[in-house]
Amino acid sequence: MKLIFNIAWTHVSTRVRQTLVGMAGVSMGVGFTIMMAGLMQGSQLDFLRQLVDTMPHITIEDERRSVPTQPAEQEYGAVQMADIANVSKRPGIKYPETVMNSLRSWIPGDVAPSAKTTAIINHGGARIGITLTGIDPRREVQVSKLASQMREGKIDDLSRAPNGIIMGEALAEKLGVKAGDTVLLIGGQGIQLNSTVAGLYRSGMKRVDESQIYSLMGPAQVMMGQNGVVNQLRLRLNDPMLAQKVAAQVEAQTGYKSVSWQEANADLLSSFTVRDFIVLTVMGAMLLTSSFATYNIISTITHEKRQDIAIMKSLGMREYAVRRIFIIEAAIIGIVGILFGWVLGYLLCYGWSKITIFSPLTGTTTPISIHYSAMHYVVVGAISLLCCAGAAYFPARKATRVHPVEIIRGAS
Amino acid sequence: MTEVALQAVDLVRRIEGDVSHTLVNGIDLAVNKGEFVAITGPSGSGKSSLLYLLGLLDAPSEGEIMICGQPTSKLSESERADVRLTKCGFVFQFHFLLPEFTSLDNVLLPMRAAGVMAEGAMRERGLALLGSLGLAEHANKRPNQLSGGQRQRVAIARALANRPEIIVADEPTGALDTKSTEQVFSILRDIADNGQTVIVVTHDPALAARADRRVHIVDGKIAEITERGGAELVSPSIAPCEISHA
Repeated sequence: MKLIFNIAWTHVSTRVRQTLVGMAGVSMGVGFTIMMAGLMQGSQLDFLRQLVDTMPHITIEDERRSVPTQPAEQEYGAVQMADIANVSKRPGIKYPETVMNSLRSWIPGDVAPSAKTTAIINHGGARIGITLTGIDPRREVQVSKLASQMREGKIDDLSRAPNGIIMGEALAEKLGVKAGDTVLLIGGQGIQLNSTVAGLYRSGMKRVDESQIYSLMGPAQVMMGQNGVVNQLRLRLNDPMLAQKVAAQVEAQTGYKSVSWQEANADLLSSFTVRDFIVLTVMGAMLLTSSFATYNIISTITHEKRQDIAIMKSLGMREYAVRRIFIIEAAIIGIVGILFGWVLGYLLCYGWSKITIFSPLTGTTTPISIHYSAMHYVVVGAISLLCCAGAAYFPARKATRVHPVEIIRGAS
Repeated sequence: MTEVALQAVDLVRRIEGDVSHTLVNGIDLAVNKGEFVAITGPSGSGKSSLLYLLGLLDAPSEGEIMICGQPTSKLSESERADVRLTKCGFVFQFHFLLPEFTSLDNVLLPMRAAGVMAEGAMRERGLALLGSLGLAEHANKRPNQLSGGQRQRVAIARALANRPEIIVADEPTGALDTKSTEQVFSILRDIADNGQTVIVVTHDPALAARADRRVHIVDGKIAEITERGGAELVSPSIAPCEISHA
């Protein structure tokens, strides 16, 4: 093995220019791929973080996953019921405090009640449909990031202002209102409520900021026309990634439809899968392209070293041993290239993280999100090394398969 | 009774293709241990082809080659490589030294490939071989710093590295001047005198005359075998192996 390494090292160290070009190719491929991975995952995680921060991890609603079976259907298997008249039922989750206490005993997180309804907000001639969520400020801080998203006022101000509401900055801008102004809320049953803007928040998601309004439980229940009703329980988990699993358990326990944030954003997350696939394809292509530099060098060396290959085989070195020389040469080029590529990748990521971008939609300047992960370096390095070995294997295999007599005769 | 180092039995090497071409055609030959055999013949007669077969560099289409009594026709390519590494040493018309390596490293190459000796012992033997061929002061020079004769002597040292039974040389003096030719041939003669078998292909009749036996090949067949001193031992109709044993 020492001999093989010795020959391989001699080959690469006596071809400094070629070797450096090969290493540069690998470094570029590795560096830019790491940068791409950091950028893509950074932006994705940033988006998910905003998504997860903006909404509860699990929402328990006062409805069932499937339509309940009619009594006649339960009694007679062959009966098929159609056009069943709706039965008027009081909305809301039954015994919400009992359910919450039960959930708190085992879920890894916390739970808060809310009353959710839709309404129209009317101000200065503008009428905009919104979602009004009644919250308990003391418990809200346990399940959402609303407190930290406040730009004007505090959550507790809901209790101080008459029928106080907190709305998104984007909606306030649309309506032309500011904190302390009064707006008119019109409920589905025609109920009207003059509310004071107690504070403004910014979640970072325009869709939410333009449509979501918070109030105390009381005003929301008034707008619903159902005093004391709790139609939503919102859960926040210590680990958001457990949401799907916990939601299934909650649903099994309570019977109420429990929607995890992943389920609520399934379309968005599936688009991430497509995006990930595209990004991985591009990164794979970059690494593959960079390995062509190695292929080129090993092809050149094996071509130039045909006589050496022949003589080594004639001396009794086995074909695989000679082939291994060129694989090791590629590995040397690959490993050194990868090491420099790691440094380049880190520097590129660092450079990108210093760039800020102005968003005309939100009017804010935010730095580019970069995700630093050792896994990026390990995976990209391993794939690159594999590409280098593959790039060396084929020309080496071809060269070492040549019969030594053919080359010796040719040289003679 | 003299021990046979190498024996070829009914050796045929044929190149198959649109037009089949026979390079070696039914050669029987036995070479004794410590014997110096020169293979001569006109260009294209098949002498180099025969040499490559005898050194297991090439595989015969028919027939058998026995090295130290061991049949080789059924050996795999890897096993043939092992036999070449341990039992055969090669010297070619061109030195074929690895250009990036020093003389000593080139000589160490077969020993390192065999991996039997310790590094210190290998270096000691490598230096001793170079010293015995008058190259002690050139041990750390690369091939491009040596003359043609010196390069060929390094190639001979490399061939001797693993103490092979048989040294196979294909026109080793073909690219050398008269002085170097004399030096190289004297070395090969000494090797044979020291008990190793030497088989040399040469165009030079004067050099061939200094071998123990001269095997003259024409059209892939043995045309004549002459012992040192000029006695013709065999005509093509007589089996040469039997004669050599006699």
